[in-house]
Formats: sequence, C-alpha cells, structure tokens
Amino acid sequence: MTLTVSLPAADRDPEGGAVSTALATVLGARQDDPRSVPPFQLIDEDGEPTALGVSIGIDLNLAQEMHADMVLARRLDSEALALQRQGELHLWLMSWGQEAAQVGSVRAVRDSDMIFPSYREHAVALCRRIAPADIMRQWRGVSHSGWDPAESKVHINSLVLGTQTLHATGYAAGVRMDRSDDVVLTYFGDGSASQGDVNEALNWAAAGSLPVLFFCQNNQWAISTPTHTQMRTPLHVRAAGFGVTGYHVDGNDAMAVHAVTQYAAEQVRGGAGPALIEAQTYRLAGHSSSDDPKRYRTEDDLAAWLKKDPIVRLERFLRRAGVEDAHFEDLAAREEAFAATVREQCKALRGDDLAAVFDQTYAEAHPVMDREKAEFLGRRDRTVA
Amino acid sequence: MTTTYSLGAAINAGLRAAMAGDDKVVVMGEDVGTLGGVFRVTDGLVGEFGADRVVDTPLAESGIVGTAIGLALRGYRPVCEIQFDGFVYPAFDQIVSQLAKMRARSRGRLSLPVVIRIPVGGGIGAVEHHSESNEAYFAHTAGLRVVSCSNPDDAFHMIQQAIASDDPVIFYEPKRRYWDKGEVSTEPTRSLHEAAVLREGSDCTLVAHGPTVATALAAADAAREDGFSIGVVDLRSLSPLDVPTLRKVAAESHRMVVVHEASTFLGIGAEIAATVTESCFYDLEAPVLRVGAYNLPYPPAHMENDFLPDIDRVLEAVETSLNF
Repeated sequence: MTLTVSLPAADRDPEGGAVSTALATVLGARQDDPRSVPPFQLIDEDGEPTALGVSIGIDLNLAQEMHADMVLARRLDSEALALQRQGELHLWLMSWGQEAAQVGSVRAVRDSDMIFPSYREHAVALCRRIAPADIMRQWRGVSHSGWDPAESKVHINSLVLGTQTLHATGYAAGVRMDRSDDVVLTYFGDGSASQGDVNEALNWAAAGSLPVLFFCQNNQWAISTPTHTQMRTPLHVRAAGFGVTGYHVDGNDAMAVHAVTQYAAEQVRGGAGPALIEAQTYRLAGHSSSDDPKRYRTEDDLAAWLKKDPIVRLERFLRRAGVEDAHFEDLAAREEAFAATVREQCKALRGDDLAAVFDQTYAEAHPVMDREKAEFLGRRDRTVA
Repeated sequence: MTTTYSLGAAINAGLRAAMAGDDKVVVMGEDVGTLGGVFRVTDGLVGEFGADRVVDTPLAESGIVGTAIGLALRGYRPVCEIQFDGFVYPAFDQIVSQLAKMRARSRGRLSLPVVIRIPVGGGIGAVEHHSESNEAYFAHTAGLRVVSCSNPDDAFHMIQQAIASDDPVIFYEPKRRYWDKGEVSTEPTRSLHEAAVLREGSDCTLVAHGPTVATALAAADAAREDGFSIGVVDLRSLSPLDVPTLRKVAAESHRMVVVHEASTFLGIGAEIAATVTESCFYDLEAPVLRVGAYNLPYPPAHMENDFLPDIDRVLEAVETSLNF
C-alpha cells in the first residue's frame, strides 16, 4: 500500500477558510461565563440594616469596636498627610475610604494568622497593634520597613505590586507542611490584579489547595487608571477560573466585610483551598501625597462615593441602634489624644545609620560589606573631625 | 575516602545529604519530582523524601522564587531549580527586588536561606534560551551570593554549603560538565567563597569558573608543552570574589587572563581586571586580559563553537599578555 502525503495546497484559502453554519451553531450556543454577583451587604449606605442584615443579625459591640478602629485609622491618615505637607514625611499613601475593607477583614481572622500586605494597609497595621511610629517610619525615609513581622504577624510592606501574594502562597505551603491550621491573608489591589505574580499566586494556591485568603481592595483606581481599563472580568468572577472560591462584598460596609471574611477564612482553615474576596471600595484621596486625582477623575465620581463613606455609614447605624452621644464624645477625645501621639511619634523618629545597612544586608560575614563599612566609617570620622 | 561521581550525580548526592541532615530543606522546581529534573540532578529524591519536600511546581519561575521566599519566611530552606539559565528572567524581580533585598529592607530581621540552582552555559547544542551565562546580573546585586562549581567534588560540597548559608545563594551548575566524572571526598577542603589555586604558574595565571575551568586547564597544559608556566585559579565564588587569592596569584605571576563563557562587556572578568589592577598595579607586567564570548545574543547551536571561548582563544590572550 502506498501512502499519499499531501502537502498544503498552494492555492489554499489565505483567510483560513469560512466557518460553517453547523460549527457556529454548536460553539455559539455555549454557556456565557458566570456573571458577576452583587456585593454582599449588611448595612446600606444610609446606615440601615439590609434585609440580609436583619436576618443574619448585626453584632453591636463589634460594630462599635470596628467603628472606633476606623475613626483612628482615618485620623492617622489626616495627621500623616498634614505631617507630609509640613515636610515631616517624604510620602504618605492614604487609606481614606478603605477603612471598612481593612478593619473588617483583619478583625475577622485570628491574631496568629500571618498577613502579607501591599503598602496601603495602615488600618490593618493599627488593628494588629503596630505603633504609628512604626507605620510612618518607612514614609519618613528612615528605613525601608517599620514593624517586626514576628511580633505583629504582619509581613513588611511590598511596594513592587503583587509580589507579596506569592510570598503568602509559599508561606501557606509551609503552614500546610507544619500541619498548622493557620490561614494566610494577603492584600492587593485592582491594579495589582493585572500583575503576573498575582495570577501565578492564585493558580499556584489553587493547584496546591493552600490556605491562602486573597483580599482585593478594589478601590476603583490604579493611580489614574480605572478598573475597567485594567480588566474585563470582575476579579471575584475571575477567581473561579483559577479554582479559587470568589466572594464579592461591599467593601464600605465593615460588618459585611467582617462576615464574609470570617466565613471565607473558616472555609480556608477547614481545608477548602484558597479563597478570594473582592471588596468594592474607593480611594477617596489621591494615590499618594504626590498625586492630584483631579487630573483623571470627576467631582461627580468622588461625590457619589463620598455618600458611601464607610465611617459615616457605620456611625449612622450605631446612632440608630441607640448608641448614645457620650460614646461618640469619648471616641472624639480618644481620637485627639491619638492624633497628638501620631505627631509626637513622627517627629521623634530618627534615621538609621548607613553603617547599620552594611550589617543588615547579609546574614553571614561578607568581605565587601566589611571593607566598605570600614571605608564609610573612616570617611565619616574624618568629616566629623 | 573518596567516591567517583559525575558532576550531576555529585549535586544529587549533596542534595540528598542536605535533605537527610535537615528536614526543613525542600527541593522545588519544574519536573524535579517524578522525572528527577531534565538533567536528572534531583533523581530519586522524591522517592526518598516524599512529594512534600520534593515539589513539582507549576510552570512559573516567578512563582518558584516567590513561593520559596514565603517558605523561607516560614522557617524552611528551599532549594529551587530553574530548569535552564534563559528561564530565570521571569523570576528576576523576585530574585533581585525581593530575595536579595529582604534582609536589608527588614533592617536585618528577615533572613532568606534560599538556594537557586541554575544549569548554565552552552556547548551542548541546545536551542535558544538554553545556553546563557547570566551570572553578572546576579553578582551585581547586593544581598545575593553567587557561586559556580566546576567539578564533582566542589559540586557535592558547595551545594551543601550553599544550603547551610543563611543568605540567598545563586548556584550555577555548568551543564556541559554534568557528565564529567571525578572523585568526591567526604569532607570539604574549602569554605564556599574561597577560590582554588588548581595550578601554580610563574608566567601568567588563568582565572576561570564553572565550564571554562576545564578549558583553562587544557590551555595551561598546552602552554607548558611550549615551556610556559601557567597557573589556573578556579574562582568558585563570583560574589563575593576571593580577592586575597586573586591578588596573591597576580603578584606572583605578574600576568592574568580571565576566562568565562559570558560576554566580556561588564562581566565578571571586567570586575576582576579592575580589582586586581587597583590592588597590585605595580606587580603586573601586562593589563589583565579577558577572554569571553562575543558580545552577541547566544547564537544558534551550529555557531556556538565559534562563539564560545576555546583553548586557542585562551592561548592567544596568554601570548598577548606575555608579549605586552
């Protein structure tokens, strides 16, 4: 028998051929991707419990505590911004508007659960009892990081976007090898969701069924780039494509964020594999103290989100629930004292000595460090003399 | 007591010893488990230590290094395999901005004992992106240590020393020497960052690392037949460099030629030439010369013999130095 080998005909259709009607009928009838679900909400923008809020119930004590955390976090922001304007800080990145997303989530995991933040999670840091001085240290330019991660169980900030999600995933692999029931919580933003590292982390955590809780604060803006330019598929929908359970929550509703995070964290802790929470929130300030958001977003956009302010909403809820004026007066006094502490701690922060960096770069002896440190110290001593 | 191993098998034995000695040592990378790695360097480890400690990872280099950082933060000592030299670039940020800088960024609080093994260099007729010599990128970065083994004995001991180091180490393995056999001793003779003077010479010293050490030794043999005494130094460590040893041999032989597979421009040879010239200018009879690959993208396999430095190019540089 002779086989005839047919080479591509010289006169084949350069357009690739026409799609047959039969093929179009079959493939065109495929199911659409699952669509976005509305964000989970327990308290509406006016401070009224939603039907869900009524049926699930809202813990008034927790609401009061979280409200206080959010008020203090916002005060840290306004004080730090003022300190930046006075030249006391080099840069400040405000979490203004994102307090509910941060406080609601961090308070829903155990203190022993490791957190890998991005760089805007000041409210998370405060809830983990990190001193304002240690939060501001990096932005005053005295060191690249502030707190001790072993103490707070909050890793140092990551400024190269999304890199921390892989660190969280590797840490979670270690958690599993240790047969621990820790959950690893990592924060990132809508902009970072475009980074390869975030997508590698989601896939990796899913493939290994690792205990990672991915928390996206979708604050609608990556500096000047809006979310719709960043992605076509909403992140909580995208999660399913990785094999990660996706949740969608109103990120300006602290109680809803807390409830969703608590549930998701317990699922992850129980061995269900990783989960992702997309919290819809808004960066009310610019990207940083150097940014001018008026160049890229409208007053209307900002006004619409100011109406959804997470602190105003929770305060309305608390007042409606019967929390008295005295409570808010006490909180205001606490806030003033806290503000004074922030200012004082900031101004007292002094720079690390460059000589220390020669000791901090390597764990073990290194001849270049030794030589250059001696060179630096000699030069400094001569200058001082 | 010694045993004979190929260089690849010696690394395998070193990994096995490190894993047996410390249950925090984890091997991870693409195809390192069941397959034993594309060069079989991790052969048999998964059977011995289980899939928790010999991890077949998703195909994502940034993920390999990024998750290794997380594992190290949790107290593990990951040994990552990057399958080929040209595949390390997707992990560049995780290596250069995260792994290297974590200790300084954390003010000395967080150490990352991570080893990144990279089969390096050409000479095996591979397709593009499989034959690169990219050590200068990493040696340029503060916070990393970079080492390069050239023979089975070093391979066996250096991999264990790298794993024992509390700093991140980039560990280069000369892929065209994986099958070269040699004796492996039970105890290491040198620390990780010491250079080895393989041959003393009074006329000129060749300084090489990894795959070009054998080239340098062959060139020195050829020169001896012509009556020249040529020394050979195996750098072993590229960062930090063993400057005292380089200074000593330069002062003794008065001439030095650095041989590496990487392109010469801003390569390790340039650093050695500058360092040696700065520290023993008056001992030198000629400028320190460099022999490396041409400053081109790595060419197709058919052209690689013309591209890579060979014995003739080394001898040509020695002659230039002697006639200077």
